This record gives sequence, structure tokens and C-alpha cells, in this order.
Amino acid sequence: MSVTLPPTSAPAPFENVGVAPSLEARLVGQLRGREDLEAYRAAGGYAEGAERGGALIAAVEAAHLRGRGGAAFPTSVKWRSVAERPGPRYLLANGGEREPLSFKDRYLLGQRPHLVLEGLLLAAEAIGAEAAYVFVTESALERSVVTAVAELGSTAVPVLVHRADSGYAGAEETAAIRAIGGGPALPVAKPPRPYEQGLFGSPTLVQNVETLANVPTIAHNGWEAFQAVGTDGSPGTFLLSASGECGAPGLYEVPLGIELSAAFDAVAGGFAGTPKAFLVGGFFGGLLPAADHSVTLDYDELATRDSGLGCGAVHVVGPDRCPIGVAAEVMGYLAGESTGQCGPCVKGTAGMAETLTALIRGSADDEEIARLERWSTALPGRGACGLLDGAALLARSVLRNFGEEVARHLSHGCATCGTNDRAGGAIAKEVRSR
Amino acid sequence: MRVHVDPTKCQGYGQCHEVCPDVFGLDEWGYAEVSEAAAQAAEREPAILAAAAACPEGAIIVETSDATGVEEN
Repeated sequence: MSVTLPPTSAPAPFENVGVAPSLEARLVGQLRGREDLEAYRAAGGYAEGAERGGALIAAVEAAHLRGRGGAAFPTSVKWRSVAERPGPRYLLANGGEREPLSFKDRYLLGQRPHLVLEGLLLAAEAIGAEAAYVFVTESALERSVVTAVAELGSTAVPVLVHRADSGYAGAEETAAIRAIGGGPALPVAKPPRPYEQGLFGSPTLVQNVETLANVPTIAHNGWEAFQAVGTDGSPGTFLLSASGECGAPGLYEVPLGIELSAAFDAVAGGFAGTPKAFLVGGFFGGLLPAADHSVTLDYDELATRDSGLGCGAVHVVGPDRCPIGVAAEVMGYLAGESTGQCGPCVKGTAGMAETLTALIRGSADDEEIARLERWSTALPGRGACGLLDGAALLARSVLRNFGEEVARHLSHGCATCGTNDRAGGAIAKEVRSR
Repeated sequence: MRVHVDPTKCQGYGQCHEVCPDVFGLDEWGYAEVSEAAAQAAEREPAILAAAAACPEGAIIVETSDATGVEEN
């Protein structure tokens, strides 16, 4: 395969990257900077003796590995769903990280591309893929992965890298498939799902790059070793994108099941002041109240609170900020990122953003809040991608977890919101500037 | 029978609601909403298929097989 490197600089270094104390790192590398093939091999990567093929699928099933892109879906179910269908089959590693509060995929592709590629090659072989694609949305990451593929030389399954400029929804799995097929990076309605008809109309396994980065651990060390940390339902580790009011915002590998406050104490310098709220799962898990500071960060526990760990991003809303103001900001961002394809998403996100904005400006009324409540439960599932679902969940979380604050905004307004200079996507700008 | 409305295609013409109001409601903006419970009734199948045929955008997806598989959400 001939490649042309894009004219760009290397991926930006991550200032704060670490691993929870006493945890043996699986995803975070030992190097500061990009790990090349020689370094990866020296650390045991691509070693002989890895579990392969059907045995690897069985090991992934026994490990109970769940997807790290947001849905936490059982990985082995996806693998089998593609592997059992007639070929040609494809694999798509989704590294299109457009979630403003998440930077794990950028770290993995930029700093540890071979960890992802080894997982990708093992998965591609296990499902009998004709080819594997790595989808990225940033030229620096494209360069890193293309370089890694070139370092490998020939591979058992051809690996191609595809970059598309896309917005928030453009990294959704069907949008990535569409982009690679020559179309715009925009989501399409399901069904069919990618495991039925994906790339070029063929069964396609779409996996987040962090999910694939967990595969070498299982293939080399076995599923029992993989389950040595984490919970029964959410085994293993995950990359925590920590941001907001904490001592050391950054990217940290922590065990699934760790308490939120314990995670920040262990790796992110603790909370800076007493938090008022937490954005969990980036912009997709809603807003948790301060009282949930000890919630365990695992897929099942957060699901019981109508939230979700999602991509593993947690943003601390500190004492000088208003949770309603933050929600208004995030909702405004989501409304702006609606692709305009689905009427309920266009109207619904705009309506919810208007209501929350009216709330922080002191001009909302009970009728608008009642409408927001109705939208928060009626709109999920009404868009082609999950953007509208995330927006509705955010609205639900505000009404459920911050009822007193909502009432106070209705009756007395909010001094914090009135002086809040974080409106207009400041969270996104803050994180992206890193 | 499983019925879906492709939200990228629905333009809110409301033809589905005219033909089969029990299964296809309209939201406050006029876009079609499916009542999955109502769609399960076998006697509604002809009306559902007629509603799908009536949609000028071809936005209604009807799954008549017993296909099951990966549902991520």
C-alpha cells in the first residue's frame, strides 16, 4: 500500500497522563510521546502465542469485554454477529473522537498506535475480515496511524486509514461507514445495522479504538487476567478523561468500578473545591448531582441512575459554576451540532436549548419546563444517531437531579448564571485547547 | 412486525397518520412517531403497509421477518 503523509505536525503531547496507583497499565504506555514499533515490541507487543481466531472470540466473550465508545455493548456479540455472516466482511476501528470532553482515542492513536493496531489485526483475523479501516477525524492522528502501518510493512489483513472532517455526529458508526464509502460523514437510520450492512454493503464490525486496545491484553494474558480488575459486569480498566475543576485535568487509566471521588483523588489531584455537579460520559451521560460524588464508575451502576459512563469522560462542575448554566451550554452545543438531517433532532435540541437558556436568563415559565420534561422522555430514539438521545438525557438529568435549582431559577433567577462567562461552548473550547 | 420511521427522510407530510392513525402519530412539529405496541396487532398489518406505501419520502421501514440480532441501544 502506498501512502501519502499529510502535512501536519505530530500529535500534541499530553501533559497529564497516568495510571491509578497499584494498577498495572494496559492502555497507558510507559513512554512520553509516540510509541513506535520497536518500542512496542520491546514492551511485549506483537509477541508470539497470542490467542487467535475462534479461540480469541471465546476469550473476549469470557472476559466480558464491553465497548468503550459509549454503548458498552458486549464486544464478543458484535464479533460473532459479523463472523457468522457471509463475506466479504470488514472491520472499522472508529477513532473519530468528536466528543469535546474526551481525549482517550486521540491519545491511543497518537501515542500508542500499535496497541490499537495489534487489537485491530487480531479482531480482523478472528472475524475473517477482508480489510480493516481506521477512521480518524484529525490529520495528526492519520499521520500517526499511517506511519504505524508503514512500520509494520505487510499485514495479514490490509489496513487502510481514512480521515474525514466531521462534526460531532460525523464520528457515529454509520457516518464513518458512509464517509469511507465516499459519501458525507453523516449518520443514517438503522436498521440495517453495520453488522448486517456496513462498509460497501457488507457485514462490518465497528469498534471504538479503546475497545480494540484491550484485545491484546486478553489475547496474550487470557480472560482471567483481564478480569483481575474491574467489576463482574464491567471488568477491566478504562481511560478516564478528567476535566473541569480538579487538581490535574488529564487522561488516566483507572479500574472500572472505582468511585468517582476516589478516581479523582488517586490520579487527577482531587476536586478543586466542593463540586456542584458532574458531567459523566462526556455530553452523553447527563449531569449528576454533587451527592453522587461516590458513585462507582461502571456501566451498570451509572445505568441505574439514568446516566452512562459512555466514553469515560468526567467533567467536574466546581463551586463557582451553576449546573443549570452548564446544562444550557452543553445543550446549546448539541443543538449546534445537530446535522439537520432529522426533524425531531433539529426542533428538539433547539427547543431544549432555548428552554434552558431562558431558564438561566430568568425568563422561563412553568409551561416551558413542563414541555422540557415531555421532550426529555418523548424524543429519545427519534434521531438517526444518538445526539438527540444524549440531549434528552441531559434534560432529564437536570429536571430529576436539580429540581430545586430549576425552581430557584424560575422564581429568583441565578446570580451565578448572570455572570457566567462560560456560555457559548466554553467547555468545548477549554478542553480542545489542551 | 417491526415498524420504523427513518428520521432522515420524514418530512412531516402526515400521510401515514391519515392512513393508519393508530400506529403513526404526529409530534408537535408534524413528524411521524410510531406506536410500537399498536404496530404489534396483526390486524393492522394491511394499514401499516398502506401507510408505508403512502409516504412520499419512503420513510417508513417495515420489518416483516423474525430477524433478531444486535441491538446496541
